[in-house]
Amino acid sequence: MTVRFDAIAHLMAQPLADPINLSRRRFLTGTAVGALVLGFGLPLGSSRVLAATAAAERGTQVPAFLEIRPDNTVRLLSPFIEGGQGTFTAMAQIVGEELDADPATFVVECAPPGDAYFVMENGIRITGGSMSVRMSYPTMRRLGALARAMLLQAGAEALKVPVGELTTEPGKVVHAASGRSIAYGELSERAMDLPVPDPASVTLRDPSQFRWIGKPVKRLDAYDKSTGKALYTIDLKVDGMLHAAVQHAPRLGMTVGNLRNEEQVKAMKGVHSVHRLPGAVAVVAERWWNAKRAVEAIQVDWQEAAADSAVRVMPADFSSDAYFKKLAAEKGPARDDENEGDVAGTLANAKSKIEATYNNQYLHHAQLEPPSALARFNPDGSLEIWLPNQAPEMFQADIAKRTGLDPSRITLHSPLLGGFFGRHFLYGSASPYPQAIELAKAVGRPVKMIWSREEEFLRDVLRPGAAVNFRGALDNDGWPIAIEAVSATEGPTEGLAGKQGDKIDPTALEGLSGKSYAIPNKRIAQIYVKGPVMLGYWRSVGNSLNDFFYESFLDELADKGGKDPFELRLHLLRDNKRLTTLLNAVGELSGGWKRGPFTAEDGSKRARGVAMASPFGTQTAVIAEVSIEQGQVRVHDIWQAIDPGSIVNPAIVEAQVNGAVSLGLSQVLVEEAVYVDGKPRARNYDLYPILPPSKMARVHVRVVESGEKMGGIGEPPLPAVAPAVANAVAALTGQRIRSMPLSRHSFT
Amino acid sequence: MELRINQKTYEVDADADTPLLWVIRDDLGMTGTKYGCGLAQCGACTVLVDGNVVRSCVTPVAGVVGREVTTIEAIESDEVGKRVVATWVDLQVAQCGYCQSGQVMAATALLKHTSKPSDAQIQAAMVNLCRCGTYNAIHAAVHDLAGQAVKGDA
Repeated sequence: MTVRFDAIAHLMAQPLADPINLSRRRFLTGTAVGALVLGFGLPLGSSRVLAATAAAERGTQVPAFLEIRPDNTVRLLSPFIEGGQGTFTAMAQIVGEELDADPATFVVECAPPGDAYFVMENGIRITGGSMSVRMSYPTMRRLGALARAMLLQAGAEALKVPVGELTTEPGKVVHAASGRSIAYGELSERAMDLPVPDPASVTLRDPSQFRWIGKPVKRLDAYDKSTGKALYTIDLKVDGMLHAAVQHAPRLGMTVGNLRNEEQVKAMKGVHSVHRLPGAVAVVAERWWNAKRAVEAIQVDWQEAAADSAVRVMPADFSSDAYFKKLAAEKGPARDDENEGDVAGTLANAKSKIEATYNNQYLHHAQLEPPSALARFNPDGSLEIWLPNQAPEMFQADIAKRTGLDPSRITLHSPLLGGFFGRHFLYGSASPYPQAIELAKAVGRPVKMIWSREEEFLRDVLRPGAAVNFRGALDNDGWPIAIEAVSATEGPTEGLAGKQGDKIDPTALEGLSGKSYAIPNKRIAQIYVKGPVMLGYWRSVGNSLNDFFYESFLDELADKGGKDPFELRLHLLRDNKRLTTLLNAVGELSGGWKRGPFTAEDGSKRARGVAMASPFGTQTAVIAEVSIEQGQVRVHDIWQAIDPGSIVNPAIVEAQVNGAVSLGLSQVLVEEAVYVDGKPRARNYDLYPILPPSKMARVHVRVVESGEKMGGIGEPPLPAVAPAVANAVAALTGQRIRSMPLSRHSFT
Repeated sequence: MELRINQKTYEVDADADTPLLWVIRDDLGMTGTKYGCGLAQCGACTVLVDGNVVRSCVTPVAGVVGREVTTIEAIESDEVGKRVVATWVDLQVAQCGYCQSGQVMAATALLKHTSKPSDAQIQAAMVNLCRCGTYNAIHAAVHDLAGQAVKGDA
């Protein structure tokens, strides 16, 4: 799995090939925050930062990360952004454990762009791929330990005792012999001016002595998020700021022609100015509501895309339903990702075999916070920008390219994300910041651009679509001996690149590839089909569709061979201790595996389905219990056993499992982005349903800490949900549904 | 026009049909109430008007003149609201948090009207969308506030 991620990481890090100079000035302006945006935040001391940037080893530049204030609160600049997944709290736990400071005393913000924050073991910095904790865990622990060593040294100087006589207790340096102690907050100035010790010189805590790692430490943001105090990009304001709203071309690639009523719109209440942008018109106004109302009133003669359009052009006749049929009929050529044994020969000779074709649907991210961006040009021509993002350096480099500004003159802030699920990577046409920058430049004042929900759904990048043709063969005892999956698809990374790479896009096939079942003959292949839809990463990425396909088809093989699907999986995993343990754990969690159908206490007829997934270095197993209510699927319970190797916060893990289950249920039950005549049928939640509370299932979680290499948490609990539900539905109704969402079908 | 918000009086200059949401956010600078859809679909913009749940994104501001509006900013001034917030924090409901202002307002309105809501009343009242999937935590929090254990089966 690590290899696969490195491959994505490499692709995603491409824009970083452009050199970024980490100047002292940018470092400082990057850490100093706009007055209105945060209530605190002293610029970090210049000499400290300068000294720190000389250090080369990853995650050792202590003053770039930590500031301990006189009141003993610890300000931590996190390399990763918080968007609900709990990473700010996790970072405080990890650093606090080794620093010897209670995570509850931490205030965490997202760090500015800067080389100092490339702490991940794969050498990049993004918030994604469920990588934050697992890729930085030892480094962030060491960072805390280095800071503690500096505080001890400062304490030795202050108390005039040998450093060896000192120890720490949470938040203070203690000299036991004399009974004296000094709070970190009092030592911080002195400590942060010291050179960072040799990283090899610090010893990390014995995990058996952990006070905070591995414990259900309370989230640092719970209160602010329960009282409306948490600030997202959409909430920010700077002096002199104007608001902007946009009307996008109905199809991507179209360009702005004549504005038939420009003068009338200019005369509308509150309108400052009307602007033509690439593929959009915008109105700038004193208030956003006036801007929105005016921009929606503009009658634009949209022009068809030019042949040399810089963006992916959406054709006027594009229909997603027709497109999935076309994908299913694609014949090749295909490229193999996995090919073991003799699939063709086994299939040709087997007496018992089946074929099936599956497809998924396009999906929106549908995060609740509509995208926005606030741009301000300072009198010296430098640019300050606040925007939702999962990769500060990549956005900064892109803005540098767009504006011609040196990155040192672009101060980029990364406010809290109102949900992301993959929405805020660098997607070119799918983000408002280029518009905000262009408008701020044009009007000479700061501009905040907010996309209405409708404009967001028109430009959101979609979860990719695929059609997979399966073939499978059984031996004389009914056990699978061959499986072939050929997926006609375009992976999200291929989508961003606009072409197929030298190697297969791992995000296209993950979940078909990388399965652990002992089936001796297998072939997993991709037919690359470049489509007209702008694609993006969606929580759990390729696994979100491919595990639905594979785990559903595996149940079809079980049925064909007369095997129970749970027993079949145990059989195919008989030599895999970790996954056998996990599957048994979910069985036990559910009160013992029973497929049904059976009659529940309330008299409803129900059945259960099982599925497994191996996403992002973590292993998962899910059992779903369903019934049919008024022709539609009702999911009562989801039991999920998850083995991420080891964990940092069990409460956050459980919350993430709940969240991933919710999104997994949403995609299998109700959700789809449908295109007709080149346009999305739905542009708001009225016609694009996301899972409502009434359709949520109870969720039961068991964390299995196998001690294997640490895996991800944010995305892994998602992929096995959809196939477990579909398998339960098949067990209950006899109807095998080979596409999502299930709401397209009626059940009895 | 004159508005009563969080027991203060504000003079605002806005068109009568401007949604209350945008007056609260842009004119008055209170950003705890969120914009999610503008169509009364998601509930992120939930405020209380005379104690009743209102989707402020589709409520013309003129319609609340002479009435008492409560936003998330004042929720802890209310005894019930304060308990709701404390329970939200205690049970660690929030993830991204963007919908939670609206969820807290909806829960507060429910509990002010019905201190011991039934399961059906909770289901009918707590309909705001959450993309992070905090529904079970919300459910547990409201049950906790209603003094009931969460039912083992449904």
